[in-house]
Amino acid sequence: MNTAKEYWKANLRLVALCIAIWFVVSFGFGILLAEQLNSVRLGGYKLGFWFAQQGSMYTFVALIFFYAYRMSILDRKFGVRED
Amino acid sequence: MDLKTTTFIVVGITFVIYIWIALRTRAKTTSEFYVAGGGVHPVLNGMATGADWMSAASFISMAGIISFSGFGASAYLMGWTGGYVLLAMLLAPYLRKYGKFTVPEFIGDRFYSKTARGVAVICLIVASLTYVIGQMKGVGVAFSRFLEVSYDTGVYVGMGIVFVYAVLGGMKGITYTQIAQYIILIFAYTIPAIFISLQLTGNPIPQLGLGASLSDGGGFLLDKLDLICKDLGFAQYTTQRGSLIDMFLLTMTLMVGTAGLPHVITRFFTVPKVRDARSSAGWALVFIAILYTTAPAVAAMARLNLMRTIQTGPVGAADGNLAYSSAPSWFTNWEKTGLLKYEDKNKDGRIQYYGKGMDAKAAEFGWNGNEMVTVDNDIMVLANPEIAKLPNWVIALVAAGGIAAALSTAAGLLLAMSSAVSHDLLKGMFMPNITEKNELMAGRFAMAGAILVAGFLGLNPPGFAAQVVALAFGLAASSIFPAIMMGIFNRRMNKEGAIAGMIVGLVVTLLYIFWYKGFFFIKGTNLAPDDAQHWLFGISPGSFGAVAALLNFLVAWAVSKVTAPPPDHIQHLVEDIRVPQGAKGPVAGH
Repeated sequence: MNTAKEYWKANLRLVALCIAIWFVVSFGFGILLAEQLNSVRLGGYKLGFWFAQQGSMYTFVALIFFYAYRMSILDRKFGVRED
Repeated sequence: MDLKTTTFIVVGITFVIYIWIALRTRAKTTSEFYVAGGGVHPVLNGMATGADWMSAASFISMAGIISFSGFGASAYLMGWTGGYVLLAMLLAPYLRKYGKFTVPEFIGDRFYSKTARGVAVICLIVASLTYVIGQMKGVGVAFSRFLEVSYDTGVYVGMGIVFVYAVLGGMKGITYTQIAQYIILIFAYTIPAIFISLQLTGNPIPQLGLGASLSDGGGFLLDKLDLICKDLGFAQYTTQRGSLIDMFLLTMTLMVGTAGLPHVITRFFTVPKVRDARSSAGWALVFIAILYTTAPAVAAMARLNLMRTIQTGPVGAADGNLAYSSAPSWFTNWEKTGLLKYEDKNKDGRIQYYGKGMDAKAAEFGWNGNEMVTVDNDIMVLANPEIAKLPNWVIALVAAGGIAAALSTAAGLLLAMSSAVSHDLLKGMFMPNITEKNELMAGRFAMAGAILVAGFLGLNPPGFAAQVVALAFGLAASSIFPAIMMGIFNRRMNKEGAIAGMIVGLVVTLLYIFWYKGFFFIKGTNLAPDDAQHWLFGISPGSFGAVAALLNFLVAWAVSKVTAPPPDHIQHLVEDIRVPQGAKGPVAGH
């Protein structure tokens, strides 16, 4: 079952990376650091406000597809892909 | 053609579509009834999940909440979308690999315990039932506002429609109606938003319009809104919020709760493969984000329109405020519904709308208090097309969209409840030898029963309906999510740990909410006043689910350390669900 263990470890690393980004864009940029980021402008948006009401959601969508894509590569690499 | 006739026709057409789908998607097996046979395309499942998820509250109320709470309401936007990241990476693919019908079934099997399954069924039913009341109310409200029939008639019609497609088609019928409902609701939401964005900024994409300059030369839209809010003594729109810790924990509770709500999780049992469950979560969030990124634009633009309609000139000038006699027709129309309420406190025939920051200056201007005594959250979406002077068919479409949002969510919740009754309670605990044909029959009866209960609660909504939504998310976050996650990610987690964790999560959440809101929401039984000064560390009852979830994890981990590890076949089961290979179509449990 060594392949399965390696596959699971690779999955956990990928999940940790994605969850870290998930946390930073929403709780970090959108809440904890929003006030500081608000001094930067993105057109008519203050940046902290933009992350809270727009940017975090775009990042969430991108993260899930990134995860799904990387996992399909891992599935093949470790030979655990379903058919 | 007048508005009422147009609305009847548009809503009628959508109902014909739902019934037509119902007749074409009858469920013939339990697999079709519980998980649509497991053959739903991931993009279509994403669309169905979008409709399943976006409730009457998302469609009708959310923009209004953002409108009046500004930045602070971002907790709802991030919370109700960010949960899908957790779902896609921590739960959905593994539960799909396991390939059974219900969430309590997984919890019962993984923790080799009927008690665990029973606790999960209780959490599921409480969470879903509290949520479905709001949907039934949403249907009734949409009918009474737009079609001028009574609220009760609206609820009966809604029950009838759901009855046809949910009892006949189960998950299969629900899935395909939800896809149709998504299409209707997303057009209904975005078309008025596009027109308002065009009118205010010249940019047809609301997400860009929100960050653009006003076409009448007033500078950036958000800056202008901040300025008007400040001038009229309201909190500044782009920065207003409650305490930081409460916003943080509310966002976390909503995210974890979203990922733990059974009617959402179940949708991912319907796709053919494990990898489809991953991508389908992505598609679900795409379809949800289309509405959720439009909502802040609707919110800010509607607020600006409202304030500029009332404050027509400089603040404090004798003719700076709108005279009631020249108020636009939408204003007086919505006054009739009670969603807007004006009271001429200083008897000058003009409307003064201002916030607490103005109280000192108001007397100077001869103002005698804020005269917009009621501005309901819901008005921001419902009156939007009229404020933007859009044609009648758009207003009719908004009515159909609101009804679609409410019905689609109600159907998903009803299915989660009825399958918990027929599959987890009846087959799983009391009649393990029931034949498939009889279980299917029981499923249909459970569905009919769930519709009757939901309808009854919709007709006699308990006074605390709005507050119990916090309970639904709190329970899902503090009991269901941690149990499933540990079942997958911690091979050593045993039944003692999981059950102890779930019970601690459940009890702590209930206790904290009841402490401030009253036991079982009965007025006067609360043990402390429900305000920020009395909350533990300033954490509001609705935000406490995240704390209780953490306690669940800690208790479960500690208990599992001092009790025996799960049997070998369970540890193999955990290893098996971690790899996609060998996934089968959903099969009935034995």
